[in-house]
Amino acid sequence: MNPRLRPDRRVLLALAALALLMLGWALVSGALLWLTLEPAERDTAGALIGSRLPLAGMTMVFVLLIAAAGLNVLYRHYIVAPARLLDEARILLGTDVQRTLTPQGAAENRALADVISGFAEQRARLRADITQQVREASRSVEQERSRLAALMSELTQSVVVCNLDGRILLYNNRARLQFRALSDAPAVASGAELIGLGRSIYTVFDRKLVAHALENIQQRMQRGVASPSAQFVTTTRAGQLLRAQMTPVRAGGEGDDKSIGGFVLMLDNITRDFEEESARDRLLLGLTEGSRASLANMQAAIDMLDFPDLDTAMRERFHGVIRDEVGAMSTRVGKLADESTRGIKARWPLEDMLGADLVSAALRRIESLGAPRAAADEVDGSLWLKVDSFSLLQALACLAFRLADEYDIRAVQLRLGAAPQGARAQLDLIWQGQTMSTETVMNWQMDGMTTGSERSPLSVRDVVERHGGEFWLERERVRHRAFFRFLLPLASEREQLDTATFVPQGSRPEYYDFDLFRSTESSRTLADRPLTELTYTVFDTETTGLNPSEGDEIIQIGAARIVNGKLLRQESFEQLVDPQRTIPAASIPIHGITQVQVDGQPTIATVLPAFHAFAQDTVLVAHNAAFDMRFLQLKEAATGLRFEQPVLDTLLLSALVHPNQESHRLEAIAERFNITVIGRHTALGDAIVTAEVFLRLIPLLAEKGIHTLGEAREAAQQTYYARLKY
Amino acid sequence: MTNKILIADDEPNILISLEFLMKREGYEVTVARDGIEALAAIIATRPDLVLLDVMMPGKTGFEVCQEVRTHDGLKDVRILMLTAKGRDTDVAKGLALGADAYVTKPFSTRELVQKVRSMLEPTT
Repeated sequence: MNPRLRPDRRVLLALAALALLMLGWALVSGALLWLTLEPAERDTAGALIGSRLPLAGMTMVFVLLIAAAGLNVLYRHYIVAPARLLDEARILLGTDVQRTLTPQGAAENRALADVISGFAEQRARLRADITQQVREASRSVEQERSRLAALMSELTQSVVVCNLDGRILLYNNRARLQFRALSDAPAVASGAELIGLGRSIYTVFDRKLVAHALENIQQRMQRGVASPSAQFVTTTRAGQLLRAQMTPVRAGGEGDDKSIGGFVLMLDNITRDFEEESARDRLLLGLTEGSRASLANMQAAIDMLDFPDLDTAMRERFHGVIRDEVGAMSTRVGKLADESTRGIKARWPLEDMLGADLVSAALRRIESLGAPRAAADEVDGSLWLKVDSFSLLQALACLAFRLADEYDIRAVQLRLGAAPQGARAQLDLIWQGQTMSTETVMNWQMDGMTTGSERSPLSVRDVVERHGGEFWLERERVRHRAFFRFLLPLASEREQLDTATFVPQGSRPEYYDFDLFRSTESSRTLADRPLTELTYTVFDTETTGLNPSEGDEIIQIGAARIVNGKLLRQESFEQLVDPQRTIPAASIPIHGITQVQVDGQPTIATVLPAFHAFAQDTVLVAHNAAFDMRFLQLKEAATGLRFEQPVLDTLLLSALVHPNQESHRLEAIAERFNITVIGRHTALGDAIVTAEVFLRLIPLLAEKGIHTLGEAREAAQQTYYARLKY
Repeated sequence: MTNKILIADDEPNILISLEFLMKREGYEVTVARDGIEALAAIIATRPDLVLLDVMMPGKTGFEVCQEVRTHDGLKDVRILMLTAKGRDTDVAKGLALGADAYVTKPFSTRELVQKVRSMLEPTT
């Protein structure tokens, strides 16, 4: 019923009161009149009025009707309009809807509506403002984070940031490479079992060592040292020598808060440095002690020769001693010279650089001079040099510039190849035409380098010496050309590997998660911890068949990590496994792995320990986990490894969330969640899809009141039994 | 009575000079070519002074010196260590193990002779 038509109780009450009032007034006035009349008059009045009473009643009704109409107008104006305004204002207050109120009713009411609309508008503006500010602030935070991450990933020093529990929350590419060298099974897990977001640094470093360093830092902070840091050197399980510099990350408190929120480790693998250092020491010691003895022998013999009473035979023996020792000294010095030039390279810090990169940089540099034109001759693209590229480019540019300037050479070429003997490369600056005298070459070597306006205090010779190399001019008379040749050191093989592997490409991988700063090792048991907080290893296996007990074997394991609710694609594990049996042809269409692919791959005995290390301290997640777990468990006896961590099954969890859906195959779920499936049916591809599914299941589980690991496992168990019934 | 000197060094090139030098000074000289031989010779002949090289096969000069000092009957044997190890830590070690003097190679033969003479003087 329309509220406009329904009479309000208050109006009816008012009308009733009015009617009563009028009736009362009529009765009282009638009664009073009646009392003043004589009996005779009463009769006449009674006769006169009695028959006309209905008339009075009618007037009263008429008056009442008019009053009702008036009241209604007043009611609409002063009660209904404010009430409506109240309703609308309540709606405004309770929701985010943006609307203007329609002003109605009395003037005051209309004004009030306007004011409320004004407030609402103001609120909307403020809200938009705040949202904007929040968005900008988080964008700039995000920018800063990614800038930091970019900076970190470009650093040539390895950096690892941990929270106080030793959980890694940032690392860079260099650190990743370094940990690879520390891994027990570098070929399989490539260090991903050691370094990863949320992983514990204590798998690499002794917990006590780190605690001790932290304590030192804390003491220094208490004393008010400006930039407290600590250093330690430690050997790793793989026998590498690591030097770590630790710097505290202060907890983000106000003012001079002296508490630590985490720490930064700058790591240096000093194994090689140390070996070089010891080699140098040994050489030096060999030289000093060996020479001392020889010198002593000669000195003594010479002293003896001074005695005038020496007979000829004796004299000859002393001469023999001297000849002998001089020979020994020469050999020793020669050997030392050899070793020192080979093993102990120049002290100047040289960097590893791909020779081809150096050549193209040099070409650009020479071209930028204006003259001469520069082109590449033969360049051995496989050579890695150990150079100070800045000064070397300067030297090349200077020589090219002088060739153009003083000899009018219009074009030069650069050639790079391995030197015929020894671990060196030869870099040639070639030109056609006139050559200079040996004396000029000497001068060019000794002069400070110049390219027109640019002058350097260094000479070409200095640059060559910095590299422990050589430099000369060679003439090819037949081809009427000449070249300057630089002999440069090559980078040692392991260094080449370090630099060559894992060049970051395309999108920058995420190697940080600062949210981990907040998470602390909670005293709560695993079962009580929220699903959103846990670290998961989501994995999948490809197998030769469905029955491990009948000899079916794993042929591939793939796994990805979820830390802090984020899927870390680059911290993945993927490995083919030699099943040591034939792969049934029927199964090949399913997994797409052929016999040839698994031949020569490591066996499960190698892969499983690496996977076990990769999965340690995490919750395992798989689709139809029971299947994969059966394969792992059957290997327990053979490898001695037990996968005892809790396991979650996305199949069961999906059935829990969507009990009415018919299919809980991975594809079907992925489709429901609109997950783009790439590389399905490789173990890693499936693991990643499973991980995406799992991440989407977590909030849906929360809607069902399932928040912790314990709750999820229990609920999944029930679904399992429920499914068994059908 | 002439003083007996034992020269222990594995390098013939120094032995020849030292032997010649010490004989010329009028001492009765015996030689040993490694640590074990040196220790045996010291016990057998009880020389007044030993010119002891540190780096010898068998036993190092340090070991020989230390073992000599554990023998009560050998406490009069003076020990002069000759060595190419010139670090002050080596000198300290030699003296701590009971050597009476320490000469680093190379050395002047005249000074060595003077040193030997002065070391033998108090006993004669």
